[in-house]
Amino acid sequence: MSYAFSQLAYIVATALFIFSLHWMSDPKSARRGVYSGVAAMLIAVIATWVQPGIIIHHAWIVIAISMGFVVGVPLSRVPLTAVPQRTALSHSFGGLAAGLVGTAEYFLWLHGEQQNLTTFRMTAIIAEIVLGYLTFTGSLMAAGKLQGIKWIPQRPVTYPLQNVTNIGMLLLALVLGVAIILNPVAGWASAVFLIIIGLALSFGVLLIIPIGGADMPTVISILNAYAGLSAVAMGFVLNNKLLITAGALDGSSGLILSIIMCKAMNRSFANVLFGAFGQVQSVKVAGEEKAYKVETPEGAAQILEEANFVVIVPGYGMAVAQAQHKVRELYDLLKKRGITVKFAIHPVAGRMPGHMNVLLAEAEIPYTDLVEMDEINSDMPQCDVVLVLGANDVVNPAARYDKTSPIYGMPIIDADKAKTVFAVKRSKNPGFAGIENELYFSDKTWMLFGDAKVVVGELVKQLSGGGMC
Amino acid sequence: MQSMDYWSMLFVFMLATFIGIGVIRRVSRLLHTPLMSITNAISAITVIGSIIVTGSDHPLPIRILGAIALFASMTNIVSGFLITDRMLKMFKGDKGHK
Repeated sequence: MSYAFSQLAYIVATALFIFSLHWMSDPKSARRGVYSGVAAMLIAVIATWVQPGIIIHHAWIVIAISMGFVVGVPLSRVPLTAVPQRTALSHSFGGLAAGLVGTAEYFLWLHGEQQNLTTFRMTAIIAEIVLGYLTFTGSLMAAGKLQGIKWIPQRPVTYPLQNVTNIGMLLLALVLGVAIILNPVAGWASAVFLIIIGLALSFGVLLIIPIGGADMPTVISILNAYAGLSAVAMGFVLNNKLLITAGALDGSSGLILSIIMCKAMNRSFANVLFGAFGQVQSVKVAGEEKAYKVETPEGAAQILEEANFVVIVPGYGMAVAQAQHKVRELYDLLKKRGITVKFAIHPVAGRMPGHMNVLLAEAEIPYTDLVEMDEINSDMPQCDVVLVLGANDVVNPAARYDKTSPIYGMPIIDADKAKTVFAVKRSKNPGFAGIENELYFSDKTWMLFGDAKVVVGELVKQLSGGGMC
Repeated sequence: MQSMDYWSMLFVFMLATFIGIGVIRRVSRLLHTPLMSITNAISAITVIGSIIVTGSDHPLPIRILGAIALFASMTNIVSGFLITDRMLKMFKGDKGHK
């Protein structure tokens, strides 16, 4: 009876989770998706908790759940610029939970009902702990990099034989995994189990250190998929179909986002994970030294005022400077003058999928003016002024033709087709991918050096002050 | 314990993956960050495995592992759903805009 009850609850929860993701397809219905997700989770937790005779230590559960609230609520209130780190951190929590439950189940059965350690279940346990623990440390490293924690190197770290080391560790874990799957209760099994955990933990770290900021959207998506798959593995271990369905939904979401991110960078999974890029490329300055043309905010404001169609290309620089609210003021001032203003959003702009959209939505810019790269590019030749705001690689024309460039083949926003380009940039250093951007040296480009927030603030001051005459 | 039926579990996994792919492909690119936060909360379904390990009559070290896992999952559920809702509240179309 209680089995039927819990299974029924799990079926309802699965349906609600699917609806939850279905409603995410449109901003208008998306909040309904959150409520349905919460309802599904509540049903799942209650149905699991109230199984008579199985769950007896209620105080432990109450304490752990309360602790989850104590930490979870503040984590949901972080500034939106910190959303990538928060997301990475929660992937790491997800991985940790899967890893720990897998570990607990293995030792429980090893010292108890050993007949439960079937080959199928052992395979699932090994998949669960390897995915779980490598997601745990990998995401923790990613979160540290995104947060800019001092002792975690921001730039990609590479060393000789890096890929050989990584693949070697993976092979070793695989061999040990097969050995323990075939002999789950041998005398050496628990030692090997712990070694596999150690390998997974170190592998997570080694996988992330060679990855640079520009690859973060892809890496976060891949880790998202791993966290989902570790939940699926837990479902196989515990013979629980809700874990399998919910984990598979998360896994497929991570998979799709990874594919979108990889396409947007014209790179393969393997290339992102094993082909660290970030060493500054030596630019081919063919004889002559290229020079920037620098414009003042006054001059830029004048040109903006005379435009009919302005496109703003936001990038990570806007997020770092927290410039989105100033951008909103600029947007309002331009709109008031009857100028069409659109935002061109590259899929990999920022540090996670959709990062720019969230920041601009926070500044109350209507989402109807946030345009995807593919749609805006056909309008770019009509564009009078492009304002590149802390974006770099996503507007680099070298991606179109320079086969030696690491970003060759990556789809870009055609900023160079506009009549005038203003590029706001913090410093003269190349972007995160370490590649010089020839757009900045083009005849129609003027640079506005400085922090994005300060520069946009200056533009706003110019436009609201002298502009009305 | 109910008898294990590997094949039906693999079936469920395969079907759920295809449903997931079908549903998520239609999610607007605008909402990819909230999508990732909400799937994050959904994958914290590991909470039910954690509850079983923590609450059952197991030796103390096992239950401690379970309790840490339960804490981690619960953190993801709470922060994942709250931050998703917080972000979605901000997405306004032209009409909601003065």
